[in-house]
Amino acid sequence: MLTTFQMQALLTAAVWTAGLSLIAFVLGGAVGLLIAVMRVSANRVLRGIAFTYIQIVQGTPLLVMMMLAFFGLSILGFDLAPFTAASFAMVIYSSAYFGEIWRGGILAVPKTQWEAAECLALHPVQRFWLVIIPQGLRISTPPTVGFMVQIVKNTSLASVIGVAELTYTSKLINNSTFQPFIIFSVVAVLYFCMCYPLAWWSRKLEDKLNVAHR
Amino acid sequence: MSPIVKLNNVSKSFGSLHVLQGVSFDVAAGSVVAIIGRSGSGKSTALRCINGLEKINSGEITVCNHHLHHDVTRAQLRALHLDVGIVFQSYNLFPHLTVGQNIMLAPRWVRKQSKPEAREHAAEVLRKVGLAEKFDAYPEQLSGGQQQRVAIARSLAMEPKLMLFDEVTSALDPELTGEVLKVMESLARDGMTMVLVTHEMAFARGVADKIVFMHQGRVWEEGGGEMLSAPQTPELRQFVGNGL
Amino acid sequence: MTYTFDFSFLAEYWPQLLKGLAQTAQLSLLSIIFGFLLGTLLAIGRTAQSKLLRRVCAIYVEAIRNTPLLVQMFMIYFGLASVGFKLSAEFCAVLAIVINVSSYTCEIMRAGIESVRKGQREASDCLGLTWLQSLFLVVLPPATERVYPALVSQFILIMLATSLVSQISAEELTSTAARIDSMTFRSFEIYTVVALIYIGLAFVFRLGFWALSRLVFPRLRRLGTPL
Ligand SMILES: Nc1ncnc2c1ncn2[C@@H]1O[C@H](COP(=O)(O)OP(=O)(O)OP(=O)(O)O)[C@@H](O)[C@H]1O
Ligand SMILES: [Mg+2]
Repeated sequence: MLTTFQMQALLTAAVWTAGLSLIAFVLGGAVGLLIAVMRVSANRVLRGIAFTYIQIVQGTPLLVMMMLAFFGLSILGFDLAPFTAASFAMVIYSSAYFGEIWRGGILAVPKTQWEAAECLALHPVQRFWLVIIPQGLRISTPPTVGFMVQIVKNTSLASVIGVAELTYTSKLINNSTFQPFIIFSVVAVLYFCMCYPLAWWSRKLEDKLNVAHR
Repeated sequence: MSPIVKLNNVSKSFGSLHVLQGVSFDVAAGSVVAIIGRSGSGKSTALRCINGLEKINSGEITVCNHHLHHDVTRAQLRALHLDVGIVFQSYNLFPHLTVGQNIMLAPRWVRKQSKPEAREHAAEVLRKVGLAEKFDAYPEQLSGGQQQRVAIARSLAMEPKLMLFDEVTSALDPELTGEVLKVMESLARDGMTMVLVTHEMAFARGVADKIVFMHQGRVWEEGGGEMLSAPQTPELRQFVGNGL
Repeated sequence: MTYTFDFSFLAEYWPQLLKGLAQTAQLSLLSIIFGFLLGTLLAIGRTAQSKLLRRVCAIYVEAIRNTPLLVQMFMIYFGLASVGFKLSAEFCAVLAIVINVSSYTCEIMRAGIESVRKGQREASDCLGLTWLQSLFLVVLPPATERVYPALVSQFILIMLATSLVSQISAEELTSTAARIDSMTFRSFEIYTVVALIYIGLAFVFRLGFWALSRLVFPRLRRLGTPL
């Protein structure tokens, strides 16, 4: 079985996994919101840029994005810790998916809401940010939470550029203990403990939303 | 002649709700029986029991020499379904198949007919319901009345000895109702044995050889068409009064 | 910044990249086909009468969906080797991805199966079709047609995820890139090229799945509207 030292190393690694996930969620969410708004904007150019961005990011494997962030940032002269490069890749990755999810939510807000907001003499910008966006985000809460599961799992790819998160650490431990079933099972359980509550929460939210819409 | 359907003291409950409480009636071969009654009186349930879609709790049903009791097997049910066709209120056409494919599906897979054979037969039953030109249309391209006629044709293609109809016109506009009733009338004329649940009193009176009035899970009154003009029970009097 | 980009290595290495591309496409298609079949079986299990069967399938799906593919792959590759099964990296890769994609397919197909109303099943029973016949002729075709767009998104994700198998040194596009990188040290350039190839492949896959949908769903081909 695992030694206390190994257990401690895994728990520290779990903190890095959680931290990376959090960064991807917060910063990726911020960029994603921008992308979503651009995607539904009246301006053709903005729409086109957002569309292309999403197509490119959603057509590139996250693993390759990790590599590009790692080598690309160092070309730009930043001598960065792998963690920063991984954060960069994760933010880009999650922003595209959030952008797509939230665009769906915004478009799902009934037309009547736009009209109602117009009748209240709200400025178009106010209309959008005070009436439409809050409802759109509410509609997309279940898939948003669902995507957080993907974020947590996909932080495992940061291991390829040497970020000492859960997967990287488990590989290191396996290299010295040669008990792959045990170590990877323990790590799988740790991931499961982070992901399952999110998946469960997402499902609950969805059920609630379905009932509200019936 | 012995009856083709015989219900003997049939009871059926959903949990604590006793929907059928000792229902008995017969259907003679070649006859048309209409079941009428208020909503919730157990008409649909009775029909579904005849077809084995619901398992009965006690009593006995004999349909075309198949005996149904509280524990029938899947194989017995399948054998029953080869002799009995049913048409539902909600058509239940298969949306991914054309009209022709809907009709040919069972003859090909169940009766093992060859494709040309099934095709010819399908065209024939489709002509019978007046929709010969719709062979290659998809259900969603048809009106409700046309869909219901296709559903009838689909059942006919299996050449059943008995046809069951459960309020087949109640989802339709009055104009569309007429075309479906006309098809059923011609079936009756051709000698098909039919049991139908209906709210169309005029149709029941005109076509049915026997009318069964159900109330609170029991057969309250049964008789010929004249029964509607001279009800014996206050319940039927009230029901007919409301209907006219 | 005085970095000069140099893509000249392509002249020498493009055949290898082409081979990697073919391997990735093959790996993806194999995984998609078997993952779809297994996932559909699981979906049938999840909508079955037997409570035990439903439970077992649900546990499998939740366990797979809430752990990373990379860890699953390590567990299969290193794990099976440690107990004496000498399997090729490529086989382990397909195995891991099939298991992974099957759990996602299961959830998607389950939604499709549940969208088929009870009356459809009753109607096919009453026409005398057997359970298996009505499953394959009446339930699965419209179920698949309805969830097809979701399936395609999932399949594209799986195609991208095959890049992970480079981590157990199976041969495909990303591992080819890593090899070329180790010989040319043109890391950024090679991964840029590979990213572009993946973007192109994703586009081709989308196109292919669109064409496939017109082939296998005649109703869609004729009417063009979602079911
Ligand atoms: N599957 C079921 N589970 C529970 N209760 C049921 C079920 N099917 C029918 N019932 C109940 O049984 C009673 C009789 O239903 P049934 O459908 O036979 O009535 P009906 O006479 O056909 O009425 P209607 O004219 O409205 O169709 C109703 O109270 C109904 O709610
Ligand atoms: Mg009814």
